[in-house]
Amino acid sequence: MELKSNIPSGPLEKKWDKHRFEMKLVNPANKRKYTIIMVGSGLAGAGGAASMAELGYKVKCFCYQDSPRRAHSIAAQGGINAAKNYRNDGDSVFRLFYDTVKGGDFRAREANVYRLADVSRNIIDQCVAQGVPFAREYGGLLDNRSFGGAQVSRTFYARGQTGQQLLLGAYQALERQIGLGQVEMYARHEMLELIVVDGRARGVVVRDMVTGKVESHLADAVCLATGGYGNVFYLATYAKGCNGTAIWRAFKKGAAFANPCFTQIHPTCIPVTGEYQSKLTLMSESLRNDGRIWVPKARGDKRAPGQIPEEERDYYLERMYPSFGNLAPRDISSRAAKRVCDEGRGVGPTGLGVYLDFQDAIARLGKGRIEEKYGNLFEMYERITDENPYAVPMRIYPATHYTMGGLWVDYNLMSTIPGLFVLGEANFSDHGANRLGASALMQGLADGYFVIPYTIGNYLAREKFTPVPGDHAEVRAAEKAVADRTARLLAVKGKRTVSSLHRELGKIMWDHCGMARDRKGLEEGLQRIPGLREEFWKNVTVPGSGAELNQSLEAAGRVADFLELGELMCLDALERDESCGCHFRTEHQMPDGEARRNDEKFCHVAAWEYTGDGRRPNRLVEPLTYENVELAVRSYK
Amino acid sequence: MNLTLKVWRQKDAKSKGGFVTYAASDVSEEMSFLEMLDVVNEGLIHKGEAPIAFDHDCREGICGTCGVVINGRAHGPRSKTTACQLHMRSFKSGDTLTIEPWRAEAFPVLRDLVVDRSAFDRVIAAGGFISAPIGSAPDGNAIPIPKENADLAMDAAACIGCGACVAACPNASAMLFVGAKVSELGLLPQGQPEREPRVRAMVAQMDAEGFGTCTNHGECEAACPKGIRVEFIARMNADFVGASLTSGRREATGDGGTG
Repeated sequence: MELKSNIPSGPLEKKWDKHRFEMKLVNPANKRKYTIIMVGSGLAGAGGAASMAELGYKVKCFCYQDSPRRAHSIAAQGGINAAKNYRNDGDSVFRLFYDTVKGGDFRAREANVYRLADVSRNIIDQCVAQGVPFAREYGGLLDNRSFGGAQVSRTFYARGQTGQQLLLGAYQALERQIGLGQVEMYARHEMLELIVVDGRARGVVVRDMVTGKVESHLADAVCLATGGYGNVFYLATYAKGCNGTAIWRAFKKGAAFANPCFTQIHPTCIPVTGEYQSKLTLMSESLRNDGRIWVPKARGDKRAPGQIPEEERDYYLERMYPSFGNLAPRDISSRAAKRVCDEGRGVGPTGLGVYLDFQDAIARLGKGRIEEKYGNLFEMYERITDENPYAVPMRIYPATHYTMGGLWVDYNLMSTIPGLFVLGEANFSDHGANRLGASALMQGLADGYFVIPYTIGNYLAREKFTPVPGDHAEVRAAEKAVADRTARLLAVKGKRTVSSLHRELGKIMWDHCGMARDRKGLEEGLQRIPGLREEFWKNVTVPGSGAELNQSLEAAGRVADFLELGELMCLDALERDESCGCHFRTEHQMPDGEARRNDEKFCHVAAWEYTGDGRRPNRLVEPLTYENVELAVRSYK
Repeated sequence: MNLTLKVWRQKDAKSKGGFVTYAASDVSEEMSFLEMLDVVNEGLIHKGEAPIAFDHDCREGICGTCGVVINGRAHGPRSKTTACQLHMRSFKSGDTLTIEPWRAEAFPVLRDLVVDRSAFDRVIAAGGFISAPIGSAPDGNAIPIPKENADLAMDAAACIGCGACVAACPNASAMLFVGAKVSELGLLPQGQPEREPRVRAMVAQMDAEGFGTCTNHGECEAACPKGIRVEFIARMNADFVGASLTSGRREATGDGGTG
């Protein structure tokens, strides 16, 4: 297998324009002859399905939720970046590009990131036109705020519900196309297998989650916009249903998996309270605009926060990173929180927490203004913890939030399987080793609205298609694989529930492949995961049958895949023998504890090729070249 | 704490359902309501019984997937709180909780506490959008929108589409859901060109789905986890009356104002 990035030649700022001109087009009358499958209905999926349908393609869209409006993009709180420079504070496409490349610790492709920064401006325009009620100033113009890793205000927002509003915009565009008959929507359908015919992706096998019926859908191209795989950690800010099954099935059919170990641990989540806990809740990074993060200077200081005088507090982010302060990037802030807690200065009953304090901001701006900016987040915090954050500081701790890794794609968002495109968080393309805040929404919509509509046409126009018969051997084989896996899961009839096994996997991943990693721990993880996988297939219990609404069966299939994916994450983390961004190998750090990259050996994308069950996957390499930014030590001091 | 649960169990859409009683013991008050159900389900699986099916996803109150009626109240006793954000500290040991699915003709039960809310999607598909094909947009600041309009539109746009309004309404009316979308888009200048056909199409679809009509009980607002106000129903009614007078045919108008 070869990794051809297909980055257009020419100067950085002209690549996308040039490429768009050189792409082959499908004429309007011919577009209706093509069928495209979209799996997922978040920003990338709904956006892509709607925009391709608007062009005239026939689209079939699938989601596991009961409605496309519920995809987990909806939970993004803080905002979306765009290089509009409405603040006159020195922003530009190049600055957003530079911040994103630097934020990703120089492990992302220059050309992709530049395109992302470039179309970011169109995204805001598009969303306003759809009726997204962004925050505005009294003059009627769009408001902005700041996010981590940037020194300009370029984040557009809709209260603390930006993801919801952007998704509803994309969802409404999608529903419009459903109403017009251009999109066939299949909600409560889960993709369980990819159909590859003559080396090209031609369809999917899905399970109707209400009736249990397994059916195949065939098309000319398949797009996966199925999100990230952070639920491998069990406790995460993901929705409970988020899973890696679609991309894992594609991996096993020949799609390379890039940088699987790059997972974002978000610094500001509500700490864990007990064993039964099912998920972690994020407190938006936007809170760090006004909240100050601190812990007591003394170890084991159990006084209430209000009784700890100013001079006995350590505002450690402001102390360590004076120029970015509380808005240091996520990987750096998370590690700093872990460090102070490991020193014994953590707060709360478990000692795994730090304060996020709004007293100064309330004194400066008044409670009313804070309520206006963050009211819904404060309410959410109060509902979960029973503490009033206007009166006592929030307690927060890092949690798994996003995966920068994903299926490898070229500049056209096509994976190593021709005809299989991957959009949004499901691909690896734009964030390198760390994603900046408010950039996930940007990437999802960029891929869906402004990239895939072009690149899919270029693919379709260059290929010849004949319909795949429904009884084709590959279709039958894929259906059989699904039926066999379901039967196998139901047949174990062991003693342990799916969630108890999932929780155990999550603990292994958090301990060995979490915020800090080292060779010994990763090797231990690589030993323990196959053991747990064996335990799963010997001892899991899945009640009920495959021919009904069966939530345990759905979960079991997803966890079975996580038990394989987790191993690949550890392997990737072990082989990447350097620190970069989120990937912090304790063996490789600066004297001050910052990540020490090894550009000579690891300035590349590592993409893994499946070679068969039980066999070590192949590690392929796509070198990263930086022609427009200088490879530098990332500093936020 | 220890609780008694009376839970609606129903195998599928065609089967007859009924209440089954379970004991939930050693419940921590830090648990969310859904985590309490998780623990009960783990016990049922260990006993070889079918776990209780319930819809949920984000568990942070924004996706709108979860929703059950607890002791007669949609999403339970705490105002402006979804079932996933409801914590067990809202109950006390010894309480009996009756847990039912949304009850409405337009939301048929699929299994246990899971209902089919696709009627909401069809109402949106009928007109709950602004037709702005990708690529056609002018600059985001080209049309200033008064902050008051944007803020009020956002109040309406906060709807998560959970269906609690329908479940709480004695008529199973969806007018809070539909009114919120009609109001949001009608408050924005971008929403003006389609304002009249939008309200007509959405109301027609709402009726076709079998939702009841609004008779001003206000139960919907009380049950809404996002605090959507009944004033949006009034806005929709005003738009609908206006749109009905023009009976389908659009005429050019001189004002392009908002709200």
